[in-house]
Amino acid sequence: MSNVGTDRVKRGMAEMQKGGVIMDVVNAEQAKIAEEAGAVAVMALERVPSDIRAAGGVARMADPTVTEEVLNAVSIPVMAKARIGHIVEARVLEAMGADYIDESEVLTPADDIYHIDKNDYTVPFVCGCRNLGEALRRIGEGASMLRTKGEPGTGNIVEAVRHMREVQTQIRYVQNMAKDELMVYAKETGAPYELLLQVQEEGRLPVVNFAAGGIATPSDAALMMELGADGVFVGSGIFKSKNPEKFARSIVEATTHYQDYELIAKLSKDLGTAMPGLETSTLEGNDRMQDRSE
Amino acid sequence: MATIGVLGLQGAFREHIQSIEACGHDAVLIKKVEQLEAVDGLVLPGGESTTMRRLIDRYEFFDALIQFGQTGKPIFGTCAGLILLASQIENDDDNHLGLMDMTVARNAFGRQKQSFETPLEIKGVADDFEAVFIRAPYILDVHQDTEVLATYDDKIVAAKQGHYLATAFHPELTDDYRLMAYFIDMVEQSKLASV
Repeated sequence: MSNVGTDRVKRGMAEMQKGGVIMDVVNAEQAKIAEEAGAVAVMALERVPSDIRAAGGVARMADPTVTEEVLNAVSIPVMAKARIGHIVEARVLEAMGADYIDESEVLTPADDIYHIDKNDYTVPFVCGCRNLGEALRRIGEGASMLRTKGEPGTGNIVEAVRHMREVQTQIRYVQNMAKDELMVYAKETGAPYELLLQVQEEGRLPVVNFAAGGIATPSDAALMMELGADGVFVGSGIFKSKNPEKFARSIVEATTHYQDYELIAKLSKDLGTAMPGLETSTLEGNDRMQDRSE
Repeated sequence: MATIGVLGLQGAFREHIQSIEACGHDAVLIKKVEQLEAVDGLVLPGGESTTMRRLIDRYEFFDALIQFGQTGKPIFGTCAGLILLASQIENDDDNHLGLMDMTVARNAFGRQKQSFETPLEIKGVADDFEAVFIRAPYILDVHQDTEVLATYDDKIVAAKQGHYLATAFHPELTDDYRLMAYFIDMVEQSKLASV
């Protein structure tokens, strides 16, 4: 009589992560530091985004040894990344027991046109988005959670802010539309009409939306919460900083109490150097990870 | 009219607030210890129990929550909240608040791909409650006067002990408000008793 892999079960898992921080980790030791600091989940991968940038070449799903090591190290959920459109990498991660799959532009896309049909999996997926149309297309394909794409591995918040603002502005815009205008908007943005109707009625996305791609400090995390994120992903920001334990703890606290500015001031003191940043306007072509999928 | 707090450190607190309001009562999001004084009952929502415990310690909620329970005000824990309430956790020497006499096992139904939903009979509440289990714990054993309210596959998934209520599943993820109404009833009873 029981049903696994229903929308409610898959989306519900993301609901439980709200108000939390999901941290990129590359081994068991980092995973334990993240859990100890209060992360709600970890993302197991072979290299953090800034190292993927530095290494160049093709970035693929992590060696299963890494994922397995992290799965065994912590009791919080473990997410893992598959290449966009790579049906088999996703199936492998599902079989290994990953709790969530990130179909991620941080890795080199396996398919430059199609995303995975995520409705077909028991495990839930998170996908990146830059605007409402992209967000709703991913939900149409079966994503149970969203995140802004931002620009991964840069430590520069500007793109994540742009994407969060864009999604929120478009939700407000849609709320005030007449039904006949909505169909044209669906055509223009490539968003499924039924999902636009739902957004219009509820005034929010049908799934949880986290911020990702450039968060490097406690204030960055709080800023994204202020702009309407349900939680944050921190990729390179933790383990590329000088003091990962302290950064991890401070970012968790700033996310919970994002409007307590005295606390954020206290959390930001003597943190040590944040990850090195990158000016996103200097990135061109394939170095702009956010442009790797539509 | 009862005023119910929802611990808002992390997790699905928004959904619990909606359920309380849908039952026609006042809901308060609790982010600071001082706010506990103003509420008649408290919900510990679903989320990540390890994360919540870290934040409970960091903001000195620990003693305040135990005291809240010991003054006789009802507490309702769902999933992570159930783990926080338990007196014993399997494979762990430490417990959290330890307010309910029961032993629980974390992530006992398995990882996310084993998460499921099922209709459930809950004693005194419903015979067809839509129960959503997400990386859910279950209760291995109840002690003292803790009463079993529901089982699934022979595992205990809901229990009550005096003014404490706990479920392994997430009533907040559905529009079925019968369990919340049951808890609010407990809160109103305790208000009457303390007058």
